[in-house]
Amino acid sequence: MNTALAVSGLVKSFGRSRALDGLDLTVRAGEVHGFLGPNGAGKSTTIRVLLGLLRADAGDAELLGGDPWRQATELHRRLAYVPGDVTLWPNLTGGEVIDLLGRLRGGLDERRRDELLRRFELDPRKKGRAYSKGNRQKVALVAALASDAELLILDEPTSGLDPLMEEVFQECVREERESGRTVLLSSHILSEVEALCDRVTIIRKGRTVESGTLADLRHLTRTSIEAELAAAPDGVAAMEGVHDARVTGTTIALEVDTARLDPVLRRLAEIGVRGLVSRPPTLEQLFLRHYEDDLDKTAGTAR
Amino acid sequence: MSAAAGTPALVRLALRRDRIMIPAWVLVTFVLIAGSARATTDLYATVGQRVRFVATSNGTPAIVALYGRIPDARSPGSVALFKIDIIGAVLAAVLSILLVVRHTRAEEESGRLELVGATGVGRRAPLTAALLVAGGADLALGLLSAAGLVAVGLPVEGSLVAGTAFATVGFAFAAIAAVVAQLTSSGRAAVGLSSAVLVAVYVVRAAGDSADAGGARRLTWLSPLGWGRQFRPYAGDRWWVALVTLGFAAVMVAAAYVLVARRDLGAGLLPDRPGPPRAGRALAGPLGLAWRLQRTSLLWWTVAFAILGAVLGGMAGSVSDIVGDSAGAGDLITKLGGGEALTDAFLSTELSFLGIGAAVFGVQTAMRARGEETAGAAELVLAASVGRFRWLASWLAVALAGTALLMAVAGVASGLVYAGQSGDGGETGRLAGAALARVPAVWVSVGVVAAAFGLLPRLAAAGWAALALFLVLTEGGPLLGLPQGVQDVSPFTHVPHLPGGQASAAPFGWLFAVAVVLLAAGLAGFRRRDLTS
Repeated sequence: MNTALAVSGLVKSFGRSRALDGLDLTVRAGEVHGFLGPNGAGKSTTIRVLLGLLRADAGDAELLGGDPWRQATELHRRLAYVPGDVTLWPNLTGGEVIDLLGRLRGGLDERRRDELLRRFELDPRKKGRAYSKGNRQKVALVAALASDAELLILDEPTSGLDPLMEEVFQECVREERESGRTVLLSSHILSEVEALCDRVTIIRKGRTVESGTLADLRHLTRTSIEAELAAAPDGVAAMEGVHDARVTGTTIALEVDTARLDPVLRRLAEIGVRGLVSRPPTLEQLFLRHYEDDLDKTAGTAR
Repeated sequence: MSAAAGTPALVRLALRRDRIMIPAWVLVTFVLIAGSARATTDLYATVGQRVRFVATSNGTPAIVALYGRIPDARSPGSVALFKIDIIGAVLAAVLSILLVVRHTRAEEESGRLELVGATGVGRRAPLTAALLVAGGADLALGLLSAAGLVAVGLPVEGSLVAGTAFATVGFAFAAIAAVVAQLTSSGRAAVGLSSAVLVAVYVVRAAGDSADAGGARRLTWLSPLGWGRQFRPYAGDRWWVALVTLGFAAVMVAAAYVLVARRDLGAGLLPDRPGPPRAGRALAGPLGLAWRLQRTSLLWWTVAFAILGAVLGGMAGSVSDIVGDSAGAGDLITKLGGGEALTDAFLSTELSFLGIGAAVFGVQTAMRARGEETAGAAELVLAASVGRFRWLASWLAVALAGTALLMAVAGVASGLVYAGQSGDGGETGRLAGAALARVPAVWVSVGVVAAAFGLLPRLAAAGWAALALFLVLTEGGPLLGLPQGVQDVSPFTHVPHLPGGQASAAPFGWLFAVAVVLLAAGLAGFRRRDLTS
């Protein structure tokens, strides 16, 4: 298995505040890797260390088999980056910026450039100052996607795009995966990560809290079940691993720890199932659980 | 909510942001006005000296075009204001333009005004606040200038009239900038267009002043800078001219408010033209980018230096007439510039000024590297296979080559004009060489910015402070009688007094070496540090 980038025990402080506090992140070649965390978790700082824009205080970072700080220039030929907040030069047109960035990276696929401009409905004749946030982001996206880089690093690339353009973006990323490119996609939009990513790393406060495939992570979580039964669901709500059960007549809605799914389903079957809806946990729920830890800690004393 | 709600808060915000810039600008103006007035009054102490000086000065077309005629030879104050009446007005005008654009259009362009505008701030509040801040700064500049003139020993009333002239010309340009800021959609374009207006009214005034007595001389009444001179401080004290400057400012401000009410946030009234959909061949690397971003600015600087050089060359021929038999003046210019011939001393002094002017372009260009970094645009380029060294070196290369070009253009232009007058073709090469002799000192100024940028990026603006210090030490040092050790801090002090003076290679070697060390320190420092914002 090839590793596109690997980071371990990364530490970076700005003055007294610690932005990264022992962060780990591994992205395999050819995968779309979701990099999730709330605002201020350290996503952008990690990416800037990977790009050699910041120097880590401690820890190891390897990018495409090289050192992101010392070999920055060579490595950057093989990757393309879209910042979360794209700044353009006020008097250069979008088309000029796309060409410039392409040339700096060492080449641009002309056909793909034109196709992407069309798909993203971007006017390349407008000056940088006239673009909205979303359009500035499209300029950087077109430049990155039209390059022949093997690794794409996208830092919250859709934060300014409307839902229609987000759809176009998702299509493009799927095409990139099919053509074998590696994508590191930082985001706090969970549905986007869920729709696109093979594996996910969740960070909080500069630390990695969870990492794995979406399936792996679901093991750690609960499945929601709604069942219509033949009789009243006596005792189900009190079973081990069942949470938030709500009973109305012969209908029950509950959450169950994935590890306790078997006994609960067996019990429901004994009562007699007339209808059943079961849903895997969404990333929202995954995410919220990490928040809950914090909330519990602060609320725990009050309770 | 009234349309002006929130103005006091915006004024406080602007004053907080400009707490260094406004006092520094006003103080530099004060030093310049008081220092120059003192030097002139000492120089032409008797009526006889003044009359002779004014006769030649008013009889030299280049001087009349540049500074205007001196209205009253008998009044010491009137002679003392030679040059500085126009310089003070221009300084007030530039300060007004910068302040008004900075707090209106530039804020709007950056999107910060949107943030502010969504709070309890009225539609007219940002413009009102900017005008109040600029007007206040102009008033401070005028009052302090008047105080400086009084301190030199000139009559109080005339000094107040001079201060009023500076302040109200400042108001007029604040009002012009207020209108222009509604027309363009970028802050840079607003400053550019307002500056173009300033240059245009300067030219109109020059045309009017140069005209023979009669109708054409009334042209100066079409120029706000001409109004500044019509106040005639110490030579009639025409207070009533303030009605013209204030009336004009009021009309322009009213126009600006009408425009504010008619346009959307972020939009200008002049449309943004679409640009090329593809990048030209030159825009292929960091050097191409730095060149592209600075080339328009360099073009205008080059035009200005060509004109200044030509004017210098034109004035050079009549220098000995101007100074004439005033032994004191000869001494002073010799003290300022050194050298044997008076003409050479004059040219040397003026080329020294131009050197500091070129350094302003150099510092500005090198500072753009910092601007690119804080704006986030540097990140985009540095993440795209451009090394730190190459990126910074590109900006510095434009700064170094641009300043050398400016000095060469000024030298050749002055040489050509002077050669045309004196009939000695060798002057062109001699003056071009003398102008280029300032380049190593200019490069040291660029080096200061580079070193600060690489090692202490948050203090990169110290490059401007260093340049201001160099100006005061080099031009003011001999006049103020500062110890040589202090004067030596400025690189410009070490430039041999060319043309005419003794030129040895050693000072050039040293200045060049210092520049190289500073530039290398900056480049090495930048390779080692984090990108900051």
